[in-house]
Amino acid sequence: MTEPLLSVRNLSVEFTTYGRTNAVLHGVTLAVPERSQVALVGESGSGKTVTMKAIMGLLREPPARVTAGEILFDGRDLLRASRAERDRLRGTAMAMIFQDPMSSLNPVFTVADQMGTILKYADRRLGRQRGRAGRRARVHEVLAQVRMRDPERVAASYPIMLSGGMKQRVLIAMALLSQPRLLIADEPGTALDVTTQAQILKLLKDLVEEQHLALLMITHNLGVVRETSHYVHVMHRGRIVEAAEAQALFAAPREDYTRNLIASVPRLTGGTSFATLARTDDET
Amino acid sequence: MEFLLFLLRRVLWSLLVLVGLSVVIFLIARAVPGDPARMALGPTATQEQVTDLRHKLGLDRPLITQYGLFVAALSHGDLGRSLLTERAVTDDIRESFAATLELVLATIFLALAAGLPLGIAAARWKDRWPDTASRLVAILGAVTPTFFLALLLQLLAGYVLHVLPTTGRLDPADPFHADITGLITLDSLLEGRFAVTLDALRHLLLPATALAAATMGQMARLTRASMLEVMSQDYIEAARAFGIPDWLRVLKYTLRPSFVAPLTILGLEFASMIGNAFVVELVFSWPGMAAYGIRTILQKDLNAVMGVVMVSGAFFVGVNLVIDLLVGLVDPRIRIRGARA
Repeated sequence: MTEPLLSVRNLSVEFTTYGRTNAVLHGVTLAVPERSQVALVGESGSGKTVTMKAIMGLLREPPARVTAGEILFDGRDLLRASRAERDRLRGTAMAMIFQDPMSSLNPVFTVADQMGTILKYADRRLGRQRGRAGRRARVHEVLAQVRMRDPERVAASYPIMLSGGMKQRVLIAMALLSQPRLLIADEPGTALDVTTQAQILKLLKDLVEEQHLALLMITHNLGVVRETSHYVHVMHRGRIVEAAEAQALFAAPREDYTRNLIASVPRLTGGTSFATLARTDDET
Repeated sequence: MEFLLFLLRRVLWSLLVLVGLSVVIFLIARAVPGDPARMALGPTATQEQVTDLRHKLGLDRPLITQYGLFVAALSHGDLGRSLLTERAVTDDIRESFAATLELVLATIFLALAAGLPLGIAAARWKDRWPDTASRLVAILGAVTPTFFLALLLQLLAGYVLHVLPTTGRLDPADPFHADITGLITLDSLLEGRFAVTLDALRHLLLPATALAAATMGQMARLTRASMLEVMSQDYIEAARAFGIPDWLRVLKYTLRPSFVAPLTILGLEFASMIGNAFVVELVFSWPGMAAYGIRTILQKDLNAVMGVVMVSGAFFVGVNLVIDLLVGLVDPRIRIRGARA
């Protein structure tokens, strides 16, 4: 078997606040192969976000401390990489899409300014040469990729002038600027209404397939998982309790916790469980 | 386009405020007990003379006509004569206002130049030594009474160390007439007399420092608080994940959205200093308008007092207009909402 693009092995993280130490991750192991769509699903507080931050190198140490494990990206252990090496990867080879589009864009700069700055420093880290005009062109190109009908107008806008769905697409565009190999999406679209969220997820899936990216989708929403992922890791209290192909997991969850999680999804019609809904969908 | 609308609204509001101010000042001056004609002529004048002067001054006309005359004179820059200096109030104010403006501009510059970096450093290194040091300096600056600091600086720099002049705007041995803008530093630069500029700056340093300390402290604390609030926002964390370097996150992504509150306070401080600089002006014998205002109030020199109030009021409104525009430039949210509202 070939080496996966991202491989987290036995990762343990603890937090120390006010002199008390709490272990938050207990030996988390997960893998995201090249061009695959993998979900990390779990309730609030299960450790999804900490796992994601550890992968992105966004944990604040202290209070956080990685006590064991390794995070292999393209074969290199990020936990033992130099700071410069980590900085080189962040926002370029691995990029992240934030959960809340309303609060994740800087309110006082235009979209063009923010995207241009991201690109400028990404270029600098990677030693790429690109002028102002080149950056502008790339920003417009990526905005068009996220299906903006008028990229120039969007680029010239301040976030306050854009709708929630447009802001979310701008955030996706920001992540795509430097052609990442791994995209980490933290509950994308959760803050949007259901229709817009569905559009965003569809767009994300299309982009990931078009551009041959690997996607790690972090979510508490099993509906999202079913729509977007091939492989699922279920997380509970800082541990991966079950990992399986998406179809297999919905059809026959092995763990009690997974069964409960599936059963906890609100049903639209009385008596029909999510699992049966999933099955009928599979047949069509 | 949206910016023009925003600008127009602000200018109209400012004009309205100025009209209101002129009405209030006019009414207060008329409501003060005592007949100005009788006060001007003295107790020995006959009733006929008083009536005559009342007629000449227009005091026997209806209040609304008097207000019209007051505004008409005001629009020509005529504020009447000062009883104290026996000169046109406009001339007195023109000279003293320039002195105060120069002092206040230097003060604001010092307050910003010291307060802003202190605030930024405190926010960037929160709970570490730069934060503690910044807090100490800011609080010392804010709690030291201005008159005490003024005297202390004068004693230290003037009488103990003999490094800086302690009174006036210039060395009397080197006369210079600032007749372009009235600001000695600027006019001497324009005329290429750099020795005068240097001397004026040396004279400015002590009074401006004394006046700047409190505002500097306020700036530092306010900048720190605003920046810490912004630093906890998602978009700063997002900028980190997108690979924006640390210094840029602090100096651009955090500072700019944090800047509205310090800027607004700075504007208020700037404008109110025009009236409140008198302690420093008196200690350093600075021939400014704040000190002039105090002297005329004590002498019940009504024309001069009205002039000082009107000018500081207009200045206050003007500065706040500029600040509003700057705030709109700094934060597009305010500009866009302002144009829509």
